[in-house]
Order: sequence, then C-alpha cells, then structure tokens
Amino acid sequence: MKFGILINEGPYQHQASDSAYQFVKAALEKGHEIFRVFFYHDGVQNATRLASPPQDDRNIIALWSALAKEHNLDLVVCVAAALRRGILDENEAKRGGKDAHNLADGFRISGLGQLIEAGIQSDRLVVFGD
Amino acid sequence: MSEGVIKKFMYVNRKPPYGTVYALESLEVVLIGAAFDQDVSLAFIGDGVYQLTAGQSTGGIGMKNFSPTYNALGDYDITKLYVEKESLEERGLAIDDLMEVVYEDEDEDYAEKPSIRLVSRAELADIMAEQDVLLNF
Amino acid sequence: MLHTVNKSPFERNSLNTCLGLVKPGSAVLLIEDGVVGAIKGTAIEDQLIQAMQSCKLYVLGPDLAARGLAEDKLLDGIQVVDYGGFVDLVAEHTSVQSWL
Repeated sequence: MKFGILINEGPYQHQASDSAYQFVKAALEKGHEIFRVFFYHDGVQNATRLASPPQDDRNIIALWSALAKEHNLDLVVCVAAALRRGILDENEAKRGGKDAHNLADGFRISGLGQLIEAGIQSDRLVVFGD
Repeated sequence: MSEGVIKKFMYVNRKPPYGTVYALESLEVVLIGAAFDQDVSLAFIGDGVYQLTAGQSTGGIGMKNFSPTYNALGDYDITKLYVEKESLEERGLAIDDLMEVVYEDEDEDYAEKPSIRLVSRAELADIMAEQDVLLNF
Repeated sequence: MLHTVNKSPFERNSLNTCLGLVKPGSAVLLIEDGVVGAIKGTAIEDQLIQAMQSCKLYVLGPDLAARGLAEDKLLDGIQVVDYGGFVDLVAEHTSVQSWL
C-alpha cells in the first residue's frame, strides 16, 4: 500500500517528527511504499542541516536524511512555509539574495501542490502534528 | 497533476486564528489545492469556529486579517464550509456571529448561496466518514 | 475509519472531540501524550468504556512505556499495538483522522 505522510511540527519541540519517522520505518519494514513525506508549518525545521543536537540525543534531521537515502524517499519541504522560517536551498538563497542555505541532504523544496498530489496518489494520508 | 482521480478532501480546522499560524497556512493549502479539481470541503470544529467570526480586526496586533479570504473560496469552487452547531453553541455563538460567506451557483443562474452550512455533530460525523483524505492542521 | 489522538485528555479536548464524532465500527488509537487516557481509574474511564461499546480502542505501546505506564494499568478492552500495528491499523481502515 502507498502511504503519504504530513508532518506539521518541527523537531524536538514536539514528538510529531519522531512518531512519523517510527511510522515510516515500520511501514517500509512491512513492505509498504512511502509515496512522499511532506513537511509543513514548523515541520519545515526538520530540514535544516545546521541542527546540532548534543551527541547523546538523536539527530532527527540526520535520521530523515539517512532513511531517505536508504529507501529513496521523497522528502518535500513546503516552499512558502520554509522561506518564512529561513529554510533555504541553494536556489532559493540565490533568488532571495541570502548569504547562506541550509537544506539538509535528501530533502527538496517545492510547492503545496505536492501535498495535494500526495493525498491523491497515496492510498492513505497520515498527519502528524500538534 | 493527476488526471481523472477525484477524491473527497476535508480540511479539518480546530484552532482559532492568529494565536498560531495553523488557520492561515491551512487556508493556503486550500487555495493551492483548489487547482486539483478534487471534491473539497472544510470543517470548523471546536475553536475552529472562531476562524469564521465576523468583524475580525487585526490592526492592533500587527498581523494581516486573512478572514476576507474565506469569502473568495467560492471563486475556487469551494462551497462547503461545515460548521459544527454544538461547537458554536458551546462557545456562546450563533450563526449570526459568523461572516457571510457566499458562492454563485452556476447551475441556478449564478444565484448567491451561503457556503457556511451549519451541521449537527451527528451529521458532521457522517460527512467525515465519507472522506478519503482528512487534512488536520 | 481510524482516528488517532495525541493529546492528554486531562489537558486538551482532542479525545473528547474525537469521541463525539466517531461512528460505530471505527477505531481510535491513542499515541504520544494521548496514551495517558488509556489507564484504569481516570476521570474519563466511563467515557472510554462507553466508547468501547461501539468502537475499538488501541494504544501505542512504545509511547505508553516511554511514559512509565505499565500495560497492566490499562483499562480492560484497550489493545496495545507497536508501530507495525499502527501501520496495520492505517492500512485496514479506508481513512485516517488525526485529532491533534
């Protein structure tokens, strides 16, 4: 079965991203397909490669990047929500005249249409938030 | 775009506007989603009903009043705004305290019709059970 | 239809709102802080017992364990699932409503 995932909260503050990660891992282990993981609202903060948690804590951003690499996951960050909150890839940084970009490996920035498409294409859409 | 597939999408709104960004960013999804020609409805439950109050005035808090956008939804063929009756009553509100949101019905010579549909909890439960995709913010 | 609830019923109204809108035959899964509602002897026990007459109630085991709540404290009739069980519940029901 094809699952779409929506994550509405950033890492650490809420359990939403952790729960979604555990859910996605379990779904993949059961042989399901993850059509897309979409990050919205403060959920876009899950995509900053500058997050530097202490060594004895999980690095949620790195966990997502690694899972994406291993399973070829499509991790999509909403462009409007990301720009508001200072999450930029190289293109957006250039376009906005910013001196840095911070999108982590395995994530891409795109529009809200990608969320709607995930709702249409997936057999189930599961929302994790606050 | 995905041609041919029409699913029932419901946006479930349960938070007041301004205190958090959920109401505004939910509306942004609704507007973008309108281009996909799906069967879209919005539900306003609990504190979500405050998103539709008439006379919102945000000058004093330095934020943009986005409530007029609900009235533009009809232009995007989004005409089903379900408001749970019990939620209004529990909050000391009535339908008259809400904005007038209307759409033009193409099938009836563009007659103006109300988009806000007051439904009971039991009716809303039935409508929710029919949905394919429920988006919660 | 599967409903998930991730808030403590003692702090927020998500579970209450959920139980007001569930149809008979639905499933309700308590996750994250929502798991604290699944215990015997709480102020909402009667409400859950009533809900279980027409719906199935589940609780996410890892979230329960993380909060130091033993499974023998659970209200009779509530089933414990792991993340794999969460995935199965989503697959078994045609739609999911997350009461955040």
